[in-house]
Amino acid sequence: MVKVDKPVLIAFCCSAALILGGSFFFPNFLSIQYLLQQLHIASFLGLVAAGAMVVILLGQIDLSVPWTLTAAAIASTAIANYAKGVTAEILAIVVGLLVGVIVGLLNGFGAAFVRVHSMIWTLAMNFVVLGACVFYTGGFQPPGEPLQVMRFLGVGRSILNIPNAIFVWLGVSIIMIFFLRRTKYGRYIYAIGNSEKATYLSGVKTRPILFLAFVIAGVCNAIAGMMLAGYAKQAYQAMGEPYLMPAIASVVLGGTKIQGGSGTYIGTVAGTIFVTLIGSILSVMQMPEAGRQVIYGVVIVIMLLTYGRQERVHA
Amino acid sequence: MNMSFGLFARQNYRVLIALCILLVTFVAFFSLHPRHLSVYTLTIWANQGTCLAFVSMSQAMVVLTAGIDLSVGPILALSNSLASEVVNGSPSHVAFGIFLVMLAGLACGFINGLVVVIGRIQPIVTTLATGTVYTGVALFIRPTTGGQISEGLSDALTSNLYGIPTSLLLVAGTILLIWVPFRRTNLGRGIYAVGSSEGAAYMSGLDVNRSKMAAYTLAGLLASFGGLFIGLQTLTGDAMTGPSYTLISIASVVLGGTSLSGGIGGALEAIIGAFTLRTINSMMFFAGAPPLAQPLFEGLILMAALSLGGLRLIGMRNRLDLWQ
Amino acid sequence: MNETAFLEVKGVSKHYGGIIALDNVDFACCRSSIHAILGENGAGKSTLIKVIAGVVRPETGQMKLEGREVSFTIPSDAAREGIFCVFQELSLMPDMTVADNICITNPPRKWGLIDYRAQLHRAEELLARVSCEDINPLIRVSDLPLSRRQMVEIAKALGRNPRLLILDEATSALTAADVEKIFDILKGLRDEGLALLYITHRLREAELLADTCSVFRNGEHIETFSQGHKTPDEIVRLMIGRAVSKTFPPKPQREKPASPAFKAQEAPEERSKSSVTPGQTPAVSMLDIQGLSWENRLHDISFSVRQGEIVGLGGLDGQGQRELLLALLGVLRGVQGVIKIDNRRVRIDSPSKAKNPGYGIVMIPEDRKTEGLLLPMSIRENISLASLDKLSRASVINRKMENARVEELVRQLKIKIRTLDDPAGSLSGGNQQKLVVAKWLLLGARCLLLMDPTRGIDVGTKEEMYSLLRRLADQGTAIIFHSTDYDELVGMCDRVIILYRGRIVRELVGDEITEHQIVASSLNLTVDQTGSCQE
Repeated sequence: MVKVDKPVLIAFCCSAALILGGSFFFPNFLSIQYLLQQLHIASFLGLVAAGAMVVILLGQIDLSVPWTLTAAAIASTAIANYAKGVTAEILAIVVGLLVGVIVGLLNGFGAAFVRVHSMIWTLAMNFVVLGACVFYTGGFQPPGEPLQVMRFLGVGRSILNIPNAIFVWLGVSIIMIFFLRRTKYGRYIYAIGNSEKATYLSGVKTRPILFLAFVIAGVCNAIAGMMLAGYAKQAYQAMGEPYLMPAIASVVLGGTKIQGGSGTYIGTVAGTIFVTLIGSILSVMQMPEAGRQVIYGVVIVIMLLTYGRQERVHA
Repeated sequence: MNMSFGLFARQNYRVLIALCILLVTFVAFFSLHPRHLSVYTLTIWANQGTCLAFVSMSQAMVVLTAGIDLSVGPILALSNSLASEVVNGSPSHVAFGIFLVMLAGLACGFINGLVVVIGRIQPIVTTLATGTVYTGVALFIRPTTGGQISEGLSDALTSNLYGIPTSLLLVAGTILLIWVPFRRTNLGRGIYAVGSSEGAAYMSGLDVNRSKMAAYTLAGLLASFGGLFIGLQTLTGDAMTGPSYTLISIASVVLGGTSLSGGIGGALEAIIGAFTLRTINSMMFFAGAPPLAQPLFEGLILMAALSLGGLRLIGMRNRLDLWQ
Repeated sequence: MNETAFLEVKGVSKHYGGIIALDNVDFACCRSSIHAILGENGAGKSTLIKVIAGVVRPETGQMKLEGREVSFTIPSDAAREGIFCVFQELSLMPDMTVADNICITNPPRKWGLIDYRAQLHRAEELLARVSCEDINPLIRVSDLPLSRRQMVEIAKALGRNPRLLILDEATSALTAADVEKIFDILKGLRDEGLALLYITHRLREAELLADTCSVFRNGEHIETFSQGHKTPDEIVRLMIGRAVSKTFPPKPQREKPASPAFKAQEAPEERSKSSVTPGQTPAVSMLDIQGLSWENRLHDISFSVRQGEIVGLGGLDGQGQRELLLALLGVLRGVQGVIKIDNRRVRIDSPSKAKNPGYGIVMIPEDRKTEGLLLPMSIRENISLASLDKLSRASVINRKMENARVEELVRQLKIKIRTLDDPAGSLSGGNQQKLVVAKWLLLGARCLLLMDPTRGIDVGTKEEMYSLLRRLADQGTAIIFHSTDYDELVGMCDRVIILYRGRIVRELVGDEITEHQIVASSLNLTVDQTGSCQE
């Protein structure tokens, strides 16, 4: 039995409202084409948000999203210069994922061993990865080309003309839901988010879980990066920037508490769709960047005021 | 009996260590500098660090209450953009412009405070959202970089006064005229109380809400100082200059010895952290590090500095101390 | 009492969710009087004073101060009327200095800014008033031990010049000497006209201090009477609502040999003055500790625990009992000495390792809310948390098995719940503690470590806990039981080890375990044959 809580419901309803409302001005909103396109765009954000959610559930945060994503894209596209054919395809995926895993491990190290606040550690990590990329690319446009598989996943369509990216998102989502609700690791993640101390005293090894969560986030970011490179037909310097804040917004608007310990994955999906729709509608309205930023921010505040409010510290 | 040096050292060890690190990097920097230490090079060094110093002070206000302010950069950008519109013309016009910019910063901070205190929304998400709004407003004022800022004022405030860089005087002035008195008020001390334990502060009868509002509002003001200064430095307004400052401000605050869980640290610590970071940044340049490797080295050094915080774990005997 | 009441409370009710904390309570107290409020945990004492002190607002009812109707929304409203409270959860900011804390709301000022020097003097004065001149006001509160913090808290309250002072279990961590000093100060203040409310569940303190007593039970005000008008028995009956019954399950006869399967074993060398009751056949020694030391908190601790034994850890608060249990659990680093399980030397470096089937050492912690349970998570999830490895296959949780086992335990322990999905935080204190026990029963433990397990638990649940522990012991579990309640140690334990300054100063066995012996040993006094104490 799936328990649907308030934030999730609100996020979905608002998304529906946006579509219906927008369709008055732009009738093609209700077309399958448009909706699929929205889901397509949403799938990149959705992947990042999935990883972000796991880390936030722990009570931590991963600010290394932008450059992990970019680095994975750069690394995997660069394979085109070193190999050809099927080997290249496989190698590209492996290398990209490896970038995500390595960054995740390093982030986990900061959280589990150095015990520095993850906000600041992953922030520094972001700089380091940025530095590594700049060093490697020489400041120029990253060399290489996204390989077939990345284009296939990022922009290709196979079944029923539905973008493959959506299937990737779907697949990751199913794994996520299963992981969080049915496995002991998912249970531990919620437990640690509530109180690492109590979880530790209950005899749970908390450090491996911390590592695991950040690695998951890293891998999600890497997949998103590779798919994005396929979508945009290249890896480019600023590709990760627009994903960090919206991912956090998606997670929070989906009902996950920023301090961790509670939240459902469905909520994150709802939040992702909602955030994507807002972005799309704003660009369709050809609102200048200024207005888009303002509306985006105001909408988030309003949504949070509706259901993101905290308990009083003292009642 | 009261305050011995030992007690002072033990209670303030973080800022003392930060100060040492600053001194070391300062000395290293000027040793490497081809033109070594002179009034001129000192002024350039000071100018490069001042904007970050203001922004870090701003962040420190909020961090002290156990919050975080992701809108620090956007407020900086907004102030900078506004400055490029109004801080020009006749001296009285300039003065009014400065006043307007500070008011804008105050207003932004005040709005942050309202949403956090009355809306009861977590600071990190609040400032995330308000930050985008402020960026939007900044873009509205200044869609493309440009604008005009009083050159006379710029010259005056970016040079030196009897050998002391004016920018340092500005920073010192802020500390002496704003921070120190504020800290000695109930409201200012209340910020520390709230950050140390909000529940205890409430039960003690402290007005928790007022202190939090004060923290956020003051943060807005200090960020606007940063926006003004960067405007004076670059003589332009740039609405997109925010994001890089937000994240570095958190780094300087932590580096200087302020705790992200609140209650410990302050404006002085933030300034120390800011100048340390900026010095390391500049040092890269003169150390002959290949320019392409500079960001990488900066990041690694930052991580190394942060890892120092992990050293306390080596001496930890009771693992439960990890989670207070 | 002919004086008109200083504070009158009428018809006040307050509930938290489904739990009724106060039920239509009428209450009054006068000036120049020390008024004790007695009751078990959950009786409503804390909620009542929170209402009076302005920390919470009641749903119904009204308050009158000196005949004038008042309503408090926040603590400073009450503070303005001179009502101050010293809470159980202290209202001190750990990162700030003692002086800052004491003068946090109304510091002495000069030109509008805080005058630190005057503040320091005021702090010194107040600390001297509570005979704590040894506390340096410039120290951070976080550097002080709990007992000193409580004294600072009291000094802080005195500094506000209260008209009505409320103390909520304010002496729980204080030494006997401190408590005496406080009582003297309070009596002095009473003579000067102060109205004082003193919350406690210790009858002895009420006897020594109070002029008037009120008993609360289940959120209701039961009765108020002058001190001395009721016997302790009668008072307890009012507190728990029924006759005092024998609360402890019978201990096993010491002469009866343990199950034939046990091998007789030489008791290991011990540095204590114990003597084994003649004729006893010791059961298998499960846990042997030799020369355990840690930092400057534990010195050369050696003792052993046999299967089926309940060993008590006694002594004054903070003599190392907590550290000893944490050391056995693997939480402390740098522990020296030897720990043997089943005569095999082991090295335990984490609770995860300690709970392994081979070792089976688990702990019921001191603070169930922050150390034992995850309050927002469901009852089911809390109970199964420690056993997820057992309940999962290839990391996937077997839900059917989980549900079955959890339900079984809820039945077995008679935990009062609505559904398994409810958050653990919705249960009462006693039921929450049962959850913690259930968690470890699900896993199965060979050695149970308990840190003051019945603190803050109602009498009914306490009795159930005692029976449960004895049952577990009879089934072969070794139990090490730290308690600050002498009655518990006397009633439950087969042996009691007294710690003083991190060392074992006495081991009491069987009939030697009496309150007198425990108290004397706790103070490091030896008791000779005639029963008189000497240092």
